[in-house]
Parts: sequence; structure tokens; C-alpha cells
Amino acid sequence: MTDHHNHQEIDEISGVETTGHEWDGLKELNNPAPRWWLWVFYVCVIWSVGYWIIYPAWPTFGGATKGTAGWTQFTKLEREQAEIAARQTQYLGRFHEASLEDIMNDPELYSFATAGGASAFKDNCATCHGTGGAGGKGYPNLNDDEWLWGGRIEDIYQTLLYGIRAPHDDTRISQMPAFGRDGLLTRAQVMTVADYVSGLASASSGNDHPGYTIFQEKCASCHGPEGKGNRDFGAPNLTDAIWLYGESKDVIFRTVYDGRAGVMPYWKGRLDDDTLRQLTIYVHSLGGGEAGESVNDSDFGPTIPDAGQ
Amino acid sequence: MITDTATSKPVYNDTIVKLFTIACVFWGIAGFTVGVLIAAQMAFPQLNFEPFLTFGRLRPLHTSAVIFAFGGSALFATSYYVVQRTCGVRLWNDKLALFTFWGYQAFIVMAGLGYLAGVTQGKEYAEPEWYADLWLTVVWVAYLLVFLMTIIKRKEPHIYVANWFYLAFIITVAVLHLGNGLALPVSMLDVKSYSAFSGVQSAMIQWWYGHNAVGFFLTAGFLGMMYYFVPKRAERPVYSYRLSILHFWSLIFIYIWAGPHHLHYTSLPDWAQTLGMTFSIMLWMPSWGGMINGMMTLSGAWHKLRQDPVLRFMIISLAFYGMSTFEGPLMSIKAVNSLSHYTDWTIGHVHSGALGWVGFITFGALYYMVPKLWGRKELYSMKLVDLHLWIATLGIVLYIAAMWVSGIMQGLMWRSYDDMGFLQYSFVESVMAMHPFYLIRVLGGLLYLSGALIMAYNFWRTIRGDIAIKEQPLTAQGAVA
Repeated sequence: MTDHHNHQEIDEISGVETTGHEWDGLKELNNPAPRWWLWVFYVCVIWSVGYWIIYPAWPTFGGATKGTAGWTQFTKLEREQAEIAARQTQYLGRFHEASLEDIMNDPELYSFATAGGASAFKDNCATCHGTGGAGGKGYPNLNDDEWLWGGRIEDIYQTLLYGIRAPHDDTRISQMPAFGRDGLLTRAQVMTVADYVSGLASASSGNDHPGYTIFQEKCASCHGPEGKGNRDFGAPNLTDAIWLYGESKDVIFRTVYDGRAGVMPYWKGRLDDDTLRQLTIYVHSLGGGEAGESVNDSDFGPTIPDAGQ
Repeated sequence: MITDTATSKPVYNDTIVKLFTIACVFWGIAGFTVGVLIAAQMAFPQLNFEPFLTFGRLRPLHTSAVIFAFGGSALFATSYYVVQRTCGVRLWNDKLALFTFWGYQAFIVMAGLGYLAGVTQGKEYAEPEWYADLWLTVVWVAYLLVFLMTIIKRKEPHIYVANWFYLAFIITVAVLHLGNGLALPVSMLDVKSYSAFSGVQSAMIQWWYGHNAVGFFLTAGFLGMMYYFVPKRAERPVYSYRLSILHFWSLIFIYIWAGPHHLHYTSLPDWAQTLGMTFSIMLWMPSWGGMINGMMTLSGAWHKLRQDPVLRFMIISLAFYGMSTFEGPLMSIKAVNSLSHYTDWTIGHVHSGALGWVGFITFGALYYMVPKLWGRKELYSMKLVDLHLWIATLGIVLYIAAMWVSGIMQGLMWRSYDDMGFLQYSFVESVMAMHPFYLIRVLGGLLYLSGALIMAYNFWRTIRGDIAIKEQPLTAQGAVA
């Protein structure tokens, strides 16, 4: 710096001396670095040194320094997971022992089940059924009271465990034949019966409809003479104006012509049983859950505030 | 006035500066446009057109276009402008300088076409494949030679502070590029290569590179720009020579260590994470040294901010610089990072630095240089500069505020457990919640892009030699610098 004092020149506006150099008209004042700036810098350095003492920090030949706190990101993870697990433990023990019926009748376990079910649903089921369970084309709406395979708690549990047309020995299986493609009906006949089916919901298709006879011959064995469906075969009710693939005549034609074989995966072994039972109760609670033998008829689904929110 | 032989005023090589200036404006507009498009793709996924115009391919196109094409051209232009004037000599070797222009533009096109075709190393900010990397190495060595030789043959006894920063930028970027780019091509006829590193070493090398691309490309380089154009425009001496020395050396020494903060809570060992975080904290003041020195240079000239929108660009850029170099250390703290990492907060942070600091200091420097380069007394219109300033500032504020809210919300949703110990939200729900903020971001980006278009128009008219009719009477008294 002493060199600079030889050329010292005072800046008129600030009254501070310059360093005496000039580049393309640019000069520099010889102000000291601001005190506060230096001090904050020192504090940051001192803080960092302190941090190095407490936490793992510097690599050495014998491995990195471990720090006085014994902290690692793995112990932190374990601690945080344990904390979350502890919130569940108070319910999980009882939940694990309880039957589905017990859970349905215990408001606290029920709200635990729906909260857990909601969480698991979003991660595993929402991809197809939507975050609110409203379904989509080919994926059933779980909020309404139309069920292909039944809406009692046991029915839902079984569907979840083994799936539908899934690669599991106990899966639910049925086959909507490809009447047109496999030559069971002519194209014209498929068109006629599709027209008949599309009128069932509005009751505009009567016994005098040309499709009536075809329906009785080919479809009634599964869908029933009145088209009300049969849950033993997962055959949908055709009279309720709820359509899995769409209500237009074209879509119904496609269904009869080519058949349908939607798949629901099996979840046994992929999710633990507690989660599966939570999901069962959650799906049952969505709006269409039905009472059944195993469930207290009068008040299934006790009304309690949703614990999920 | 400056040199011992004041009589022989050096004739500078401004052709090369003009070329890079035009490229800078062109790539800026291109890069901002792609940015707006990919922001819109986030809000409306239908805007992805396979295979070339998908987010996955356009995103590196955007980042490379703004950082390396726009920012790079700005650094080339200003470093060539500044080094000649502060050394009092013409740029060393015109032909090699011209080669750096066409060579660099060729690199940009090579890299960009590669991205669109799906050719990438998959390393953030280092996506170009081996053949483009090799070409860039050649160009960069030429750049270093031109710059360094100009400094070596300078007429000034001392090297001006802006040139320290430019030189640190050029040398360190070379080291980073060589280190992170080490790769083995599948064959000399194949665009694909494999990195010399794998696993956590690869991640560490990548973020040593990635973070220092920010530190030396977007910070040190643009600080060089700041150290010339701010005192020039303000017509004041740099506030503190001692501060510039202290913050220069502390900045370049500390910055190079901070990369691991990009890898908190990963398979990177704890000790490396600690060092990355603590060096980021220690980096706070060295970064701020540049802001303080720039802002305090205005002491005695604050009144000029009222009349001069060009100076306002520079000062707002320093404010954004200060903000994002505070936010950076903050986000490097593990507890904060566990919330902010992988969220839009990071995107907001990057853009307060990129749009606010890098963009605005560049606009300020360009507005200063363009009339001088093309021998015009004035810009075509100061009012348009002012309009650009306000539109772009509003755009930045919308952008970063939207990303803060969206990012913090996203982070909170991901970690939200209810009191029974269940995750409250699915990932999709967090995406749905971000939609409104994605829209605000598109709007912010559109404003910023509009500002750049206004600037390009202003430059075109300036280069033609026009002066806006309404402003003509004012020019005499409004003349600055």
C-alpha cells in the first residue's frame, strides 16, 4: 500500500484519497473495507469452525472426522422415521389385532384406517382411479354405489388382495366374450344388441326390440334377463346409466364386438396387510360402501371427522 | 490522460465486440423465448411436441442458451471491450479473436442441435457431448490467449480489477470444463460418450462443476463487467480498492468448495456435505463485497439514478445480486435445504440471480456500449430503456415470488404428515397445487422477454442512427457518460 501513497490524490466529492492509478478514466478510492463486512465474515468463519467440531467435517487418512455430536444423516433419518412411526404405534397395535368388523365399529380405529387408507390410496391407487377415487374410462368410480364385484367390506378386501384378472391364483376372473370378433354374432347382430343395451337405462328398449332375443340368448346368462348384472361374474348392471367405458352406442358396440378385460392388480404381498385393510375401509367409506353380513347393519361407517385433514 | 504516451490513442478492435454484442442480443431473445415455452409446458403439458420440442430436450436448450449463449456472448463482448480500454492497447491477435467468435457460435449451435436431437451427457449445465466439449476447449484456449496476451502487452502498470475477475472466470471455467468433461467416446463416429467418473464421484465432480459454473461464469465474469460499467456510468471512482482485493481472493478461494451443497442428504458422505455447507456460509460476505463496492461507488452520484435508467439497470442488478447471494448460503444450510431442495424454490433462486443480476448488469452494459460501438452520441430512446427496466423488473418479481410460494408450498406438502403418522399429500396433489404459480411464472417470463424485444428494437434504431423525435430536445441535457 505504501506505493500508493506516493501518488495520492483526493477525490473531491468524498474527500477520500485514491490509489493513484487510473484506467480509461477509472480510479479507485482507498477506502478501507467496511468494518461490519469484515466482522460478519469473521463470524461466519468462526461459526463454520464450530460446526466442523460438532459435525462430521474433514477427511483424514484414517477416515473423516466424526464430530462431537455423533450426528450422521442416517441417524437423523432413523430418528425422524421413528417419530412418525410413533404416531402410528398408538393405533397400530390395536388395529393389527382387530377384525374388519371391530374396526368399523370403533370410531378411533375407523378414523385411523380411513386416514391411512387415504394416504396409501393416493400413492398406489390414484394413478388409475384418480386422487378422489372418481375413476375414468375403464377404471371404476369408487364413489358411487355401483360395484362390479360387490361393495361389502369383504368384497373390497378380496378385490384388493387378489385383483381382477391379475396374475394371482385367487384373482377374480370373468370374461366378456368378443362376440363379433370371435364370430359368435354377426356384425349386424352386435349392432342390434348394442342398440338394445343402450336403451336399457332409459327403459326405451322393450321386449319388442329386435335386440331383445339376442340379449336373452347371449347376454342374459351373465347380465341377467333384465340386464341388472351379476356380481358373481363381475357382470355390470346395464340399466343404471353408469358406464365404465362410455355410454355411446359406438362404445357399447365396441364392447360387445371385441369384449373387455380390464385388469386390477393384486396387492397381497406388495402392501402389508394393515395397509390393505386401511385401503379396504377407506374405499368402503368413499360413498358406495355396502353393509354386509360381517358388518353391523345399522351403523357401518360411523360419522366422525376425517382425520386425514 | 491515461498512459505515458497519451498522444497515441490506441485504436481498439471493436468489430469483435460488435459481433458478440449482436450475438448476445440474439441469443438472449432466443433463450428467453424457449424459457417462456418450457414454462408454459409446465402449466400445460399438451404443449410438449414429440420428439424435438419436449420439455426434456428444450430445458437444456433454454439453460444453455441463456447461460452460455446469451451470458457467454455478453462476457466475450464486454471482456474484449474492457480489457482493451483498461490496458490501453488493442486486442492481441485480431484473427484469433475473430476465431473465438465463430468458434463459440459454432459450439452453441452444435450443442443446441444436439439437445434437440436428444444428444446429451445428462449433466446439468454440461450437457454437450464429447465432440462439442472438445471444440469448446479449443475455442476457450484461444479466448484465454487473446485475453491474457492483451493484458501482458498492456500499457498500464497495474491490472484493473475488472480484468482480475474476467481472468479468474476464463481460467476457472477452463479447469471446470476439463475436469467435468472427462469422458470416453463410444467410438470416434458415435456422439455418445461415457464419463470418466461414476456414482457419487460423478455426482460430486458434476456439482463441483455446476456450482462453479454459477460462481465463475455467472458471478466472477459478471462482476468483471460490473467493475467497469458501474463506475463508468456513474462517473465515480470504485468505492474501495482494498475491498475489491479482499473480496476477490476470498470469493475465488471459497467458491470452489461450495459445490457439495447441491448434494445434501444423498449418498455423498456427511463430511463433504458439511464442507459444502460451511463454505457456502463463509461465501456470503465475499459475495457481498462486490455488491457493496458497486453500490457504494454511487456515493456522490445517487442523484444520477433519477435521470439515468441505464444506471438503474446496474443498481437493480446489484440488488438482485445481493439478494440471491444471501439466499444461496441460506439454502445451503441443511435444515433449509431439506425443505427447499428439488422444489421450485431452487428455480426461483436461480432466476433471481439470472434474470436480476446477470440479465440486468448485461442490459446495463449493452445500453452503455452500443452507442459507443456504433459511434452514436445517444441511444435511440431513453424512454424505451426505462420501459424495458420496469417491464423486466415486474417480470422478475412475478417470476421469483411465484416460485418462492410454489416451492415452499411444494416442500411443505411433500413432508406433511398428519398426527396419525400418514403422509398427507401425494406428489400429484403437489403438482396440481402449483398450477396457478406456473401460470404466473409464464406471465413473468413473457414480460421479461418483451423487455428484451424492446431493447433489441432500441438498439436497431440506435445503430441506424435515429433519435426518438420526442426525446430530441432532452438529449443535450440528458447526456450521461
